[in-house]
Amino acid sequence: MLVAQKDLRIELRSKVALNQVVPFALLVLVLFGFALDADRASLTNFTPGLYWVAILLASVLAVHRSVGLEAGEGAREGLLLSGMRPESVYLGKTLALIAQILVVALMMLGGVVILYEAPVDDGLLLVAALFGAVLGVGAAGTLYGALLGGQRARETVLPILLLPVLSPVLIAATRAFGDAMGTVATDGWQWTGLLFGFGAIYLALGVVSHGVLMEEN
Amino acid sequence: MSVVELDDVVVLLGRFPALAGASLRVDAGEAVLLHGPNGAGKSTLLRLCAGLLRPESGSARVLDTDLGRDRRSVRPRVGYVGHQSMLYDDLTVAENIRFWGRAAGVSTEQQEASARRMRIEERLFDVPVSRLSAGQRRRTSIAVAAARRPELWLLDEPHAGLDQSGRDIVDALITDAAASGGAVLVASHELDRVEPVVHRRVTIIGGTAVESEGTTRVR
Amino acid sequence: MSATGSRTTRVLGVAVLIGAALLVYLAFVATDPDVRIDATSGEEIGQFDAVRLIYVHVPAAIIAYLAFFVTAVGSAVVLKNRSVWWDLVAGASAEIGSLAAALALITGSIWGRPIWNTWWEWGDVRLLTTLVLFMLSLGYLAVRRLEGTAEMRAKRSAVVGLLLIVNVIIVNRSVEWWENQTLHQQSTIADATIEDLTLFTLFFSMFLGLAAYVWMLIHRFRLAWLERQDERFGLDEAIERRRAEAEGVST
Repeated sequence: MLVAQKDLRIELRSKVALNQVVPFALLVLVLFGFALDADRASLTNFTPGLYWVAILLASVLAVHRSVGLEAGEGAREGLLLSGMRPESVYLGKTLALIAQILVVALMMLGGVVILYEAPVDDGLLLVAALFGAVLGVGAAGTLYGALLGGQRARETVLPILLLPVLSPVLIAATRAFGDAMGTVATDGWQWTGLLFGFGAIYLALGVVSHGVLMEEN
Repeated sequence: MSVVELDDVVVLLGRFPALAGASLRVDAGEAVLLHGPNGAGKSTLLRLCAGLLRPESGSARVLDTDLGRDRRSVRPRVGYVGHQSMLYDDLTVAENIRFWGRAAGVSTEQQEASARRMRIEERLFDVPVSRLSAGQRRRTSIAVAAARRPELWLLDEPHAGLDQSGRDIVDALITDAAASGGAVLVASHELDRVEPVVHRRVTIIGGTAVESEGTTRVR
Repeated sequence: MSATGSRTTRVLGVAVLIGAALLVYLAFVATDPDVRIDATSGEEIGQFDAVRLIYVHVPAAIIAYLAFFVTAVGSAVVLKNRSVWWDLVAGASAEIGSLAAALALITGSIWGRPIWNTWWEWGDVRLLTTLVLFMLSLGYLAVRRLEGTAEMRAKRSAVVGLLLIVNVIIVNRSVEWWENQTLHQQSTIADATIEDLTLFTLFFSMFLGLAAYVWMLIHRFRLAWLERQDERFGLDEAIERRRAEAEGVST
C-alpha cells in the first residue's frame, strides 16, 4: 500500500502515464484507422482487437516506467535495505500499475467510441472485462518487470517476454469486448471470468516469486 | 562482541573477484576507517556487510548473522550510505524521508529528529530531490539511514560533496554511533578528515584487508 | 574431460545417425504414399506424399513439449535447492526444445499447404499453442543470456522456465475455449487405416527423435558444464591476480 501510494504520487508529479503513455496508445488507434483505410464498418468490427493490441503495447511502456522508478539511484537496494516484505512491494507496485493502466484504458475507451464509433451494448460487461484484463496485465507486467530489473537489455527483452504471456488476455478481452459491443456472438461473462482467473494466477505467482526476483545476486 | 567478522571472504562482481579473501573484525563501539586506492574493494566490502552482495566463499558474519545463509535479516539493521542516493527524484525531501521511514517502520518523530540532526533546512522539505545539490541529497540520504538507528553504520565516502558544516555533522554522527555502542565502517580517501574520529585504520588493496599498525585512539 | 563426448554418447550418436539413414529409407522408399479410393466417387483421395512429413513433424512436436517439461522440472529443482546441474540441464533442454518447436511449426506449415490448403490456420489449438510455446521459449533463452552472476541468472531463468509451462497450459486452455476446434487429425494410430509399415515408421521416428534429443541434451549440457568449469578455473587465477595488486603498493 505504501509502495502503491509512492508510485502513484510520483506519477501525479511526473505525469508520464498521462502525458506519454496515453498519447502513444491513442496514436496507435489513429494509425490503425489510417492503415484500415478509414473503413468504418471494419473499424467497428475490429474495435475490440485493435483496442486491446493498443492497450498491451501501451502497457509495456507503463511497465517500463514502473520498473524504471526502482532502477534509478539505487532505489531497489533501498527497498531491500528497508526490510519491507517483498510481497508487499510486489502488491504495491502491481496496484499502482493497475491504477495507471486502468486510467489509460478508460481514456482509450472514449477514444474508440469516438474514433471508431464503437457501439456499446453492455456497459457492465465492458467494465468488468476491462478490470479483469488490466488485473492480469498489471500482475504479469510487474512480475516480468521485476525479473528484468535494472538490466540494460530490459527495453528489448521485456516485450518479447511479456507479450506472448499476455496472449490469453488478448484473446479473452477481445472476445468479451466483442460480446459487449455486439460484434461477436459469444458469452462475454465467461471470458471475463477467464480474465479474472488469469489475473489471480499471476498475482499469486508474483507474490510467491518476488522475493527471489528482487535480489540482485 | 564482534559486529563484523569476515574471514577470507571472496565476493564476485560478475566474474571479477572484487574481494579476494578479505578478513576483518570490527567490535561494537568501534569506528574503523577503510582506505586504499580506487577499485581496491572498499565499496564492495561495505555492500557485502550491508547484505547486498553474496559471499562466494569464506565466512562472513555481520550482527551475529551468517551472510552466506541469511542476508535479509541483516539489511534493516545497518545504515548504508553509498554512492547512490537511494532517493526518488520526483518526490520531495519530506516525502522521501516519510516513505523510507514508513517502509522501515520508523516513527514520525524519529524521522523528524534525524532530519533536524542533519540540519536539512525547512525550506527544502517541499523541494523535489531532483532539484537538490549533491550535498543536500547526501544529507537527506544520511538522514533516512539515521532515522532507523542502525546498529552498524556503513558509510561510503560520506564526506563527498558536503560543505564544512555537513562534514562536521557526519563526524559527530560517527563519534556518537561508536560511543553509544554501535559500530562504524567508513570508506574514505580523506585520511586527515576521518582519522581523528576513528579508532582504527584498515587498508584495502587488491580485494584484501591489511590492518595498519600504530592505530591511534583519539577522543 | 576435454570433449563433450564419451563412449556412451559416441555410440548413441552413431546409432542416431544410422537410425536417421534408416528413417530416410523407410520414409521415402519403403512406405507407400497415402492414397485411398473414395468409396462413392471412385477418385483417388488421401495425403499422397505429404504424409511422409509426419515422420519429422510428430517427433519434433513431441520433443518440443518433452524438452520444455524437462526445463520446467529443472527450473523447479533450481528454485528449491540452487542446483547448478539442473540449471544447465534446463537451459540445454530449452535450446533443443526451441529448435524442435520451430521444426514442428515449419514442417506442419509445409504439410498444411497441400492438405488443409493453407500455410497457417488461425484457431487451431495445437498450432497456436505450439507457436506461443516457441515465442515463450525465445523469451526464456533471452533471459538466459542476460548479464549478471551465474546464480542470479539461474534463479531468473528458473522462474521464467517454470512460468513458461504455466503459460503454455493457460494459452492452450484459452485457445481451446476460443475456437474449440482443431483441424488436426485425431490420433489415427489406433485407426486401422494406417498400414503396418507406416505405423512402424512413425513409431521409429518418435523413438529416433527421442534418442536424438537425449544425445543433443548430453552434449549441450556437457558444453555448458565445461563453460562453468572454465569460469571456476579462471576464478582462482583471477583471485591470485587480484591479490597481487597489493604487492608493491606501500600502505
